[in-house]
Amino acid sequence: MGVAIQAEGLTKEFDGVPAVQAVTLEVQEGEVFGFLGPNGAGKTTTVRMLCCLISKTSGTAFVGGHDVSKLADQVMIRKEVGILPENVGLYEELTAYRNLDFYGEMFDCPPNRRRERIEHLLRMLDLWDKRDRPVNTFSKGMKQKVAIARALLHDPKVVFLDEPTANLDPESAKTTRDFILELKKEKRTIFLNTHNLDEAQRVCDRIGVLKTSLVAVGSPDELRKSLWGRKTVVYLVEVNEHIIAALRDLGIGNVEQAGANRLVIDVADPDAENPSIVREILKAGGDIRFVTELRPTLEDIYLKLLKGGTASA
Amino acid sequence: MRLSKSWTLTRKEFDVFRRKRYILYSLVALPIILSLLLPLSLLLTTSSDQLSGQVLARLLESEVSIFIILAALLPAVVGSYSIIGEKLEKSLEPLLATPATDSELLVGKGMAAFIPSIGATYAGAILFIVVVDALASGRIGYVPLPDWYTASVLVLVAPLACILSVEFNVIISSRVNDVRAAQQLGSLVILPLLGIFLLGQTNVLTPDAEDMLVVAGILLIADVLLSFVSRATFQREEILTKWK
Repeated sequence: MGVAIQAEGLTKEFDGVPAVQAVTLEVQEGEVFGFLGPNGAGKTTTVRMLCCLISKTSGTAFVGGHDVSKLADQVMIRKEVGILPENVGLYEELTAYRNLDFYGEMFDCPPNRRRERIEHLLRMLDLWDKRDRPVNTFSKGMKQKVAIARALLHDPKVVFLDEPTANLDPESAKTTRDFILELKKEKRTIFLNTHNLDEAQRVCDRIGVLKTSLVAVGSPDELRKSLWGRKTVVYLVEVNEHIIAALRDLGIGNVEQAGANRLVIDVADPDAENPSIVREILKAGGDIRFVTELRPTLEDIYLKLLKGGTASA
Repeated sequence: MRLSKSWTLTRKEFDVFRRKRYILYSLVALPIILSLLLPLSLLLTTSSDQLSGQVLARLLESEVSIFIILAALLPAVVGSYSIIGEKLEKSLEPLLATPATDSELLVGKGMAAFIPSIGATYAGAILFIVVVDALASGRIGYVPLPDWYTASVLVLVAPLACILSVEFNVIISSRVNDVRAAQQLGSLVILPLLGIFLLGQTNVLTPDAEDMLVVAGILLIADVLLSFVSRATFQREEILTKWK
């Protein structure tokens, strides 16, 4: 697999104020890359630079091997990427079919291919029966589906989705997420801007956290490990000092009592260390109820990164 | 530049206009009202005793210049919807993400405002000519319209005034977010053109084809100058980051 998106030192300033600063990242072909960050972090600006909608101030960026700063390449990039902006931006008076037909023509899809693609996508999104209804009669979720179909109409290799489930009801959000997973199966490269950490966790192979500059990049597991290390949690009937002392004598990582009946132990290799931890506890007279791994959520990771934590992944 | 790409956009705009009653009413009603009101008010309120055939012919001929104003006024109605409407529906970003160039998009938008405006102007002018010829030729003694003055107004000056208004509206659209405000500001372009009509009505300016050639020359220069400004205004980055 090759590199679909590559940015190095990508920077955008508005009137001297940096909106995006020195972003360096690579997204592989067929990968779902989640771009997380608070409002105003520069996510949309980054997508706009990568889609050649606005120019960069400095740095380099390539999409599908095309240079975003070269005029001839910009048209190629716009042909090869699909974009779902934050606002669906459909022509409300026109029908769903006419909206898509117009964009198909703008993307140079031949008429027969256009008809096939529109039918395929609208059937997939369960809107084929409503194709001749004006968009202004659609619900928010239905409009979002039409906008997704628009982004995919010309069969782009790279798809940029900017907050695709924002403001959607849970059912529509799930349909949209399922559709993203379908696109993932089709091996399309997806660049997903989102606030929704649960969504990122479910669909993304890797995530990047942006706060004007890129704070961290990696898979959720990589970020989790680099920020937290690994921790084993042992639930006991009762924790006492003998047990803690015995575990400390083992020479493993930090042992911490969390509440009356819980121990949190830093481990480098749970497979190797957990059996000896259990043995030591039993030897010290402890009664174990169960053993588990402490897994911080993506929200924990995200908040820690935004508060100044760094990840080495 | 691919004109086919611009034409695709223009056709989409026409589809949107067809569903906007306000635009349709403006395109139909304004030309009809002006085409009937002006000649009828003159013909029905004067008699052969008050106005000689020659004076009547000159007054009716001078009324033709109203179609310069109409050609400049209609793009304010149509063009403001074309661009501000997209701003309000937030549909500019997906449009800008297509492989069309800035010039192709600008020309597409421009044609969408120009074609119906000039079409409605010509339809109104034909109606005006038919009404004048039918009702006034008896009093004047000959069929007064069309003449060289009418031809110069309709073939040269009106299209150039229409283009000027389209370009002016692109610039206005980049600074306002309200269709009505854009229409009001866009209508300001008619003020200098209104002068031609009023001077004709007050006998200061005689309806003369040669004078219209001078006006056409001035408008052509203004069109070229304004095209640079509107082209500089209508750029992807400018639209996405600086348009209010």
